[in-house]
Amino acid sequence: MKKVEAIIKPFKLDEVKDALHEVGVTGMTVSEVKGFGRQKGHTEVYRGAEYVIDFLPKIKIEVVLDDALVERAVHAIQDAARTDKIGDGKIFVVPIEQAVRIRTGEQGPDAV
Amino acid sequence: MRPFFRCWQRALFVGGPVAAGLVVLAASSALAQPAAVATGAAAPKLDSGDTAWMLTSVALVLMMTIPGLALFYGGMVRKMNVLSTVMQSFAVTCLVTVLWTVIGYSFAFTTGSPFLGGLSRFLLIGMTMQTVNGLAPTIPESVYMCFQMTFAIITPALICGAIADRMKFSALLWFIGLWSLFVYAPIAHWVWGADGFLNRAGVLDFAGGTVVHVNSGVAGLMAALVLGKRRGYGTEPMAPHNLVFSVLGASLLWVGWFGFNAGSATAANANAGMAMTVTQIATATAALSWMFAEWSTRGKPSVLGIISGAVAGLVAITPASGFVDPRGALIIGIAAGVVCYWSTTGLKHAMGYDDSLDAFGVHGIGGALGAILTGVLAVAWVGGPGKSGLIDGNPRQVVVQLYAIAVTVVYDAIVSLILLKLVDVTVGLRVDGDIEREGLDLAIHGEAVQ
Repeated sequence: MKKVEAIIKPFKLDEVKDALHEVGVTGMTVSEVKGFGRQKGHTEVYRGAEYVIDFLPKIKIEVVLDDALVERAVHAIQDAARTDKIGDGKIFVVPIEQAVRIRTGEQGPDAV
Repeated sequence: MRPFFRCWQRALFVGGPVAAGLVVLAASSALAQPAAVATGAAAPKLDSGDTAWMLTSVALVLMMTIPGLALFYGGMVRKMNVLSTVMQSFAVTCLVTVLWTVIGYSFAFTTGSPFLGGLSRFLLIGMTMQTVNGLAPTIPESVYMCFQMTFAIITPALICGAIADRMKFSALLWFIGLWSLFVYAPIAHWVWGADGFLNRAGVLDFAGGTVVHVNSGVAGLMAALVLGKRRGYGTEPMAPHNLVFSVLGASLLWVGWFGFNAGSATAANANAGMAMTVTQIATATAALSWMFAEWSTRGKPSVLGIISGAVAGLVAITPASGFVDPRGALIIGIAAGVVCYWSTTGLKHAMGYDDSLDAFGVHGIGGALGAILTGVLAVAWVGGPGKSGLIDGNPRQVVVQLYAIAVTVVYDAIVSLILLKLVDVTVGLRVDGDIEREGLDLAIHGEAVQ
């Protein structure tokens, strides 16, 4: 099993979710995060006081999948989330040691 | 957190004053004789229109502090301090109400000396269902007392803007309590009291340009200087956490200000109507003036800018509201927007003080500007015979206004500094560095906004 973590631009969430459904991924966890890579921040001014904000709002999507689905899922996310501009985000794949479905107790690939 | 004394010491500290207070109350109730207020006239004739309007004005001006000012300031601080900020407005409202009842009203609005009223309304004893205050003879004294109470409330609440994010709540209560009795009440007496020396000198201050705005602005500046800058000021982000709150607050201030200015006519008449008119004109004009000043210098018209401009206009028109005409209001508005924009940006950053929410920049400077322009733009056909400014053939009025401003500034600065130092050496003014970093809400009040 692997976890696919994707940091994407917030407005791309619905597109990515639909793309993942199409490749057979049914569950995911989404969080609102802040971050930056190469994308520049912005400046806010309040009564003459300037604040340079480096952190940009992003969405992190986490899905745990069977190994067989990983490659398709990564491609689906990449195609859906791309805008060809700096700040599109990144995808990470990490190994998962164990997964358990709380309601039934199923373990392993049956649990995802 | 170090323990707040031992159990018996705590009991004494709280129980002692409470018991003493109850004894005083009981004694004064038993001994109270309703005393006539020296109006010099026969039984006063109450006007139900005036009274109805003034009852409404009390509510409007109270709304200016809670929730107007609470929201206005609350939105401008960081989320970790929003509860402590709104708490300050609310607690000041409650504290000043009680102090005004006990002695504040008596000090400010009874006759005594040119510098302070007497004790004839201690605990409001002597205020009956029939008495009036000579300054507002067509409304019941209770209504006038409440109206002035709302002014006494908002003035110290404004000071809180200067010390946001770093003052101990206990220290604030002590300082505000003492300040309202030793600074606000006397100055109110000088400007508005029948025997007040500034009143007798001919100063024109309709609703409190000096009494409320210069007063709170200067005290705020003193507090900001004594407390020092916030940790991380100038380097760390301290952006407003919710400007929507600030817009709500500014809007409530604007609407409530009709009670502040038009209510200062203490009557439902043409004076009130013209005061309302010039208030509206000056406020809107100042909002645009600040907005355009910011747009042209910074490239974007901001929400914080337009609402700050509106408040600056409200402040500047306050002393003038009973004396100027619509043309004067336009001039005051344009001036207030531009001048206060400069004083909260250029001046503040050049001088380097941390007047967090611009109590001095908007209220101090705006109030002084309004007071001076009152001396320029007052016209007798609005305010009455003798209430003329420069354009109406009385250039001396400007000098009188400057004199009143100077007296207010000097007295306010000195006494505020003394009170600040006093509270600092006894209670301590500033919170610990750790508390300041993590936020006042949790540390002082045990609460947080998620």
